[in-house]
Amino acid sequence: MIFEAIISPEFLNATLRATTPILFAALASAVASKSGITNMALEGIMLFSALFGVIFSAAFQSAWMGLLVTMIIGGFIGFFLAFFVLRLKTDEILAAIAINLIANGATILILLAVSGDRGVSSSIQSLQIPRIPIPVIENIPFLGRVISNQNILTYVSLIMVVVVHMFLYKTPLGLRIRAVGENKDAAESVGISSKKVKYISLIISGVLASIGGFFLSGGYLTYFTTGMSAGRGFIALAAASMGGNTPIGAFLVSILFGAAQAFANILQLGSWPYELIQMLPYFATLLGLGIYSYIRMKKRQRLTGK
Amino acid sequence: MSEKVLQMNNIMKIYPNGVVAVEDVTFELEKGEIHALLGENGAGKSTLMKVLFGIEAPEQGKIILNGTETTIKSPQDAIKKGIGMVHQHFMLVPSLTVAENIVLGTEPKKRGTFIDMDKAVELSQEIAEKYNFEVDVREKVEELPVGIKQKVEILKALYRGADILILDEPTAVLTPQETDELFVQLKKLREAGHTIIFISHKLDEIKEICDRATIMRNGKSKGTYFVKDISTKEMSRLMVGRDVVLTFDKKPLDLKETVLRVRNLCVSGSTGVKRVNNLSFDLKAGEIFGIAGVEGNGQGHLVEVLTGLSKKYMGEISVFGMEAKKHSIKEIRELGMAHIPEDRMTLGCAKNMNIMDNMFSNQYDSPEYSGKVMLKGKKIEKRVNELIKEYLVKCKSYKQNVGMLSGGNIQKVVVAREFSTNPKIIIANQPTRGIDVGAAAFIRQRIIEFREAGSAIILISADLNEILELSDRLAVIYKGQFAGVFNDVKNVTEGELGEYMLGIKKDDKLEGIIYEQ
Amino acid sequence: MNSNTKFNVLRTVLSVGIALLISFGIIFLTSKEPVNAIVQLLTGPLQSQRRFGNVIEAMIPLIFTGVGVSIMFAANEINLAGEGAFHLGGLVATYVALNTTLPSGISPLVCILAAGFFGAMVTTVPAVLKIKTESDVLVSSLMMNYLILYFANYVLSNFLRDPNAGAVVSFAVPQATQLNTIFTGTRIHIGLFIALAVAVFGYIFMFKTRIGYELRLTGENRSFARYSGINVIKITLISQLLGGFIFGIGGGVELLGMYNRFTWTSLLGYGWDAIIITTLAKKNPLYVPFAAFFLAYLRTGASIMARSTDVVTEIVTITQGIIILLVVAEQFLSKYKHKMIAKEAKATLTNETEGE
Repeated sequence: MIFEAIISPEFLNATLRATTPILFAALASAVASKSGITNMALEGIMLFSALFGVIFSAAFQSAWMGLLVTMIIGGFIGFFLAFFVLRLKTDEILAAIAINLIANGATILILLAVSGDRGVSSSIQSLQIPRIPIPVIENIPFLGRVISNQNILTYVSLIMVVVVHMFLYKTPLGLRIRAVGENKDAAESVGISSKKVKYISLIISGVLASIGGFFLSGGYLTYFTTGMSAGRGFIALAAASMGGNTPIGAFLVSILFGAAQAFANILQLGSWPYELIQMLPYFATLLGLGIYSYIRMKKRQRLTGK
Repeated sequence: MSEKVLQMNNIMKIYPNGVVAVEDVTFELEKGEIHALLGENGAGKSTLMKVLFGIEAPEQGKIILNGTETTIKSPQDAIKKGIGMVHQHFMLVPSLTVAENIVLGTEPKKRGTFIDMDKAVELSQEIAEKYNFEVDVREKVEELPVGIKQKVEILKALYRGADILILDEPTAVLTPQETDELFVQLKKLREAGHTIIFISHKLDEIKEICDRATIMRNGKSKGTYFVKDISTKEMSRLMVGRDVVLTFDKKPLDLKETVLRVRNLCVSGSTGVKRVNNLSFDLKAGEIFGIAGVEGNGQGHLVEVLTGLSKKYMGEISVFGMEAKKHSIKEIRELGMAHIPEDRMTLGCAKNMNIMDNMFSNQYDSPEYSGKVMLKGKKIEKRVNELIKEYLVKCKSYKQNVGMLSGGNIQKVVVAREFSTNPKIIIANQPTRGIDVGAAAFIRQRIIEFREAGSAIILISADLNEILELSDRLAVIYKGQFAGVFNDVKNVTEGELGEYMLGIKKDDKLEGIIYEQ
Repeated sequence: MNSNTKFNVLRTVLSVGIALLISFGIIFLTSKEPVNAIVQLLTGPLQSQRRFGNVIEAMIPLIFTGVGVSIMFAANEINLAGEGAFHLGGLVATYVALNTTLPSGISPLVCILAAGFFGAMVTTVPAVLKIKTESDVLVSSLMMNYLILYFANYVLSNFLRDPNAGAVVSFAVPQATQLNTIFTGTRIHIGLFIALAVAVFGYIFMFKTRIGYELRLTGENRSFARYSGINVIKITLISQLLGGFIFGIGGGVELLGMYNRFTWTSLLGYGWDAIIITTLAKKNPLYVPFAAFFLAYLRTGASIMARSTDVVTEIVTITQGIIILLVVAEQFLSKYKHKMIAKEAKATLTNETEGE
């Protein structure tokens, strides 16, 4: 029964859905890493975004307005991180840990203040970005059921892969981001301010991550629960890194993790213990990271004759 | 008579640590010439160029560009004023193409947001063709051989309108063929009206391509000469000659057993090139064996394999009969080897820890200072205080952070530590580089004392004074091989040494390098 | 105390002060009775013996995790798996307590040691992974935490769950395995002594033993440590093992001292707390109890404040985050640091030149 479930279009459909938040965060991680900074605050940004998404979509009674405001906030958090790392020379990991901590506390605080509940935001009338069927495609057998009728943001995430790719590889700013990340001195020797570039890349990173966070409570589910980012920010870090910090690579690895998540959901149909299933995405990440690093190490050793 | 395109008058540069890098140097450049700037490491030529390129600001002096007096505030400013610099370590982004590297910072755009890659390629190709550089501008830099990478660097400077090009040791990384190609390009650039400053210490190349040469030594200019009017011998004498003669009282040589045996040693660098190429020598107790040479001729790699820091070598290294690559760094140290490293800050100390912690890092598990688990704090403290006194380390107390001390005192901490175990073999790699005269003299005296006590010392130094005064036996290393051996050090002239150091002369037979077969 | 230390202490105090002020600001914004809330926060723990006891109880796990992280981070490795080690420690202690019968003297000891052992396994996985594959310890250690959490939930639901209890909790552990209370009227247990002992041990280990010295050197300058003959790989591994062991013990002690059943169905967050503590304590195990006390006081004050006013405890998490940001920011007040250091350097140099 499980095998049939895997090859069903519903599974692939669910995979795409589960991939969406991870993909946004992985793209965010890739952009930041390309400029030379590890953005470990993705987890906190996603959590904040999940909450603010709910709050602002309710406040404006419009999911899109909610998304817009959330994106602005995400960009601001990226700026905030950049400020502490670049201007005040805080260690980028510790600064990210601080932001994640603040996110943990602040989201509960704000949730309580706004909805009166400490765990779930169900009292808030939040709105979601809807799912849409795609004409023509929805009629294709099998593929139609996989691709059509996904959330708009899922389509956006896929489009974003292309957009981020074009941004990084075909625009001047993208070129500069890559230059700064690879050889800061080279960039500065032609007059590029590496600080400015890093600020921008972190802001973009924050915006992308915030869309992923918004989706968690405004598409994947329809409410906010405390801690709902559930480590996705960290998984995304691994995904981007394993994908060579390129948008396409991040996309491919994110799909793998999305599949692991969807697979975990399927296993619940069987008699597998629920808790062990929950371990799956994290175990997959650990394994993937190990294999990827091992291959990379062997390659490096071969090249330098060690 | 050509016009003077650049004049640097009475330039003085003192670094914050007090070292006078450039002292009252006047340097002038005529339009359309290839002008060599010669000098050993530390002679001041790099610093002078840093001043010209806006990286450093001089304490005194004037810069006159094309007749107008100017100040050069930054590299960007220098570029704007038509000065381009090709650094020794390339400023290129590996994963970008040549065209992308060239246009970086001034990317041509299409439709407002995207890079007009076609235009970028066109512009880069234009500039490459103009100067007859055969480069495929669409290739990624990381896939290019070193010679082409350098061409890209030069193109970068030309693209930004450089009239004066500063090339910093350009042939250091090139093969002979690539060097020939480079010289062809340089001549074309000269024909096109560019002026080139060629920083190097390779005399034969300077003879080949340069019009004039300015020689620097110890921060001063030793004059500007027409290359065709001066011999390499003369140039080397000006470059490496001694100003001051130090004398140490050395007892006569009393050699004992062989402590180190090296045969057919080969060490490859990261690019596969042999950095140490078939070296053989013996070392006996009681002698100071000096290895002279310009930096970068394999000394670093040699030290790494001798001390156990690297196990990648071919051939034999026998320390008291034990093969080096079969033993850990600790075991080699326990055999009686001490190592004064070239870079005291990266390898020689932990600057955020105090003097005490730094001073016994090589004895932390000797029974004298540590039990099986616990350190014998009081004993360590006592010994460290003794050492501080003995080595005249100027500090507030042993609790002071090493990073707070002056360079000379940090080096004294390093030397105190290494010498405190009464080592039988000492590898001293540039032991007095960058420190004050007093500390340097003190350290040299200590080295002699150890020699007299029967230790064997390998002294690697770019300081000719030091090596000629301290060594009992002296070899010159050039491109990973010994170019010559001198057993009668007292009668070696610096001119002669210079010729070996700069690759002008090379002996086929090396007498006295090996004691026993 | 040289100027560097003086400056650091000053800056730490200032950072804490600013963080508290900002928190007070938030309280003013969100509460209808801000003054009362702040008073409760700051003085609540002093209002009764039981309340002050809460501070000390809360301090105990923080000491363990603070010391654990100090040792692990001393090797310059950002291994965050301590959280998982702590959690697993609690689980293991419960399991051993439920499944063995030993005399009351040694029973808790065995449970706690087992907890430590398994805790060490948790933190070692990322460390070994790094040695064998050169993978980044950061992500792998984070993954470990989630893995341990769900694994623990599995074991709890399927092997330890008490069907008679209302919630998802384990059977009650035997009285013999629990740690006794020291002061009546509070819940302070013997674990306090163990924690303080661990702090002292941590200090002695780091600063008075040979291995501790090797560890500190490795963390400060790995190349220098290697050049001096230290086996940096071995030392790093030992530090991760030892840190995990201490985290594990912490989990075991916390469970046997404060709970009588395994009730942890989510990560308690002590791993993140440890980072704040070690930041405040400057990685010195001896200062950890003080930093732990400070944090525990703040926490207890916050929960008292939450019970009697409308402000939630999470405000303290925010405070913690701000403290980290400010304390670790090198450039924060760096101008003053340079002035102080420059003054000292000049003084040393003038002494030198005069001496010559």
